[in-house]
Amino acid sequence: MNGINAITSKRYFVPLVLLAVLILLAAMPQYAPPYIVILFISIFMYVILSMSWAAFCGPTNYISLATAAFFGIGVYTSAILQELSLPVIIVIGGLLSLLLGLLVGLIALRLRGMYFIIFTFGLSELFRHVMIYYEINITGTAGRWLTFLDPVIVFYYMLGILLATLLVTYFLKRSKYGLALQSIGESEEASAHIGINVNMVKIFAFAITCFFMGAAGVVMATRWSYIDPRLAFNPFLSFYPVVMALFGGIGRFYGPVLGAVIITILSDMVLAKFPLYNILLLGLIFIVVIIFLPHGLVGLIRGGDKEAPPPLGGIKLGGGKGFETVRKRLKLRKG
Amino acid sequence: MKQAADREPPSAACSMLAIKKKGRVVITAILDIVIAGLIMGGIFALIAVGLNLQYGVARVLNLAHGEFIMLGAFGAYLLYVLFGISPLISLVICAPFMFLIAFGIHRLLFQHLRMSSKSIAAFEGSSLLVAFGLSFVLQNAAALAFGSTTKAYSYLTQSVTLAGAMFAANRLVALLFSVAFCLIIYLFLAHTRIGKAIRATAQALDTAQLVGVNVYMVLGISFGLGAVLAGLAGALISMTLSISAYMGLQYIIIALIVIVLGGLGNIIGSLIGGFILGIVGSAVMYFNPGLTMASYYILFLIILLVRPTGILGR
Repeated sequence: MNGINAITSKRYFVPLVLLAVLILLAAMPQYAPPYIVILFISIFMYVILSMSWAAFCGPTNYISLATAAFFGIGVYTSAILQELSLPVIIVIGGLLSLLLGLLVGLIALRLRGMYFIIFTFGLSELFRHVMIYYEINITGTAGRWLTFLDPVIVFYYMLGILLATLLVTYFLKRSKYGLALQSIGESEEASAHIGINVNMVKIFAFAITCFFMGAAGVVMATRWSYIDPRLAFNPFLSFYPVVMALFGGIGRFYGPVLGAVIITILSDMVLAKFPLYNILLLGLIFIVVIIFLPHGLVGLIRGGDKEAPPPLGGIKLGGGKGFETVRKRLKLRKG
Repeated sequence: MKQAADREPPSAACSMLAIKKKGRVVITAILDIVIAGLIMGGIFALIAVGLNLQYGVARVLNLAHGEFIMLGAFGAYLLYVLFGISPLISLVICAPFMFLIAFGIHRLLFQHLRMSSKSIAAFEGSSLLVAFGLSFVLQNAAALAFGSTTKAYSYLTQSVTLAGAMFAANRLVALLFSVAFCLIIYLFLAHTRIGKAIRATAQALDTAQLVGVNVYMVLGISFGLGAVLAGLAGALISMTLSISAYMGLQYIIIALIVIVLGGLGNIIGSLIGGFILGIVGSAVMYFNPGLTMASYYILFLIILLVRPTGILGR
């Protein structure tokens, strides 16, 4: 009896379930039809993107719309260096993305609120235009072909990157740096006063999340087998992770995972039946979520947790408005 | 022409002639750049003034602004192709529709969000994301309704010579109209009763409410007016350039750059910023068309780093 109680207690239950899920996933290509394996590749991709988006943007309230830029860097690294072996390219692509994240962080994280959002929104567009220019004027190509990889291999690589993302974001959140990020999100000025090196923490956390976006891009390029700048720097790739993370809820660690899995499956089903309405539906879900479900699915599940401030509450504008962010429960009030 | 001037034989008279010729070439090139820049800048200014009105008053940084431009452009295109109505007349037809659509969207989405947001900063963040979602919805709906191919029609394409440079008449008409619309909106804000209510709401919402301004109506009206300007800009763009359901993205980026350049919330700043960006863009286009967008972005980066409040910001 005692042993069963110990197993069902929360301490062992969660890791055991996670282990079981992992084993099921790892064995998937053995028992599932190829279609499901391919679906899971895109699920993995979106989980990686939305997890790494939420790991930085969730606690700090800096909304980045530049996911596509970092993903695209990975995609292009993969295309340019395709003679090397895949693990090497993954590391190189991830590191390039990380370096770029450092650079962007140095420039952009001094900006706040709206300015940061505008900056990141334009960034992937800039990359797209530079890449189109590069393709047309320097290499004289429109796009690039890659050697097609077996979906099963891609599946395992994506699973590996996914695990790495989950582990790193989990330990980042639990570490003192995660706490520092949280504190920066609540009040940047106060964090600086209690001795957090605000810029350093922000820039490094941002760059680390960029690594995984880039790594995912490298593997997905081999899955697509044809790429061009419009595919690699597609603005939807900036949009989806935000939708997924907010839909799942960025208040909890598992929120973005939940959001990414549900929306990818939903969008796949819609894509199969009404291929044209896919983005329309996603956009509508997104609008409804922001307006009516500010805590995401996590907020629904943990109904009692309304005391927590809604995410995105602390978008900071220049001029010391950061202190407005400590807020209580969301209430409708008549204007 | 430049190369021809360089290849003149090196006799004294000829080289004098060459220098003169070269000078004239340079002057024509500069005129070309400036006038083409003003023409682009007029449209940019109109777009940015609309976006700035929405952000400055309704506090919605409307990432779907480009889609409103696209709707205006398709309105003018369809009226011209189906009924042969001149785009200049469809400006008048499109405007009220754009206003109603945007007013409705504000009522339906943003007003609720505004009421339920605890702080204005929270509202700005979530309204931006809602607008981002809206842009995808409108873009997709337009692609379904009008098809996803690029479309164009020709209207007033005869060329006009202006200070030695040749331009299509429709571009000059677009410039005149966009400047006129900017002036009209400025005078409207400065002198009419509703305009004063809009400015009061932008400055201090609570106080405006205290003196009897129906603020949610005013927020809706200014959001609607911003969309009207976008629609008008779209109709003017449709006369001069090709349009598609996906055209919004490039214009929203330009509009964002212009309003940062001029200062967030500053309408005169947007007007000036629009022309600056237009001239920079046309200068880069003259030398290397592929890098126009990159040059806008570099300008944007410099402004953000050197003077994030914009050229006319406080």
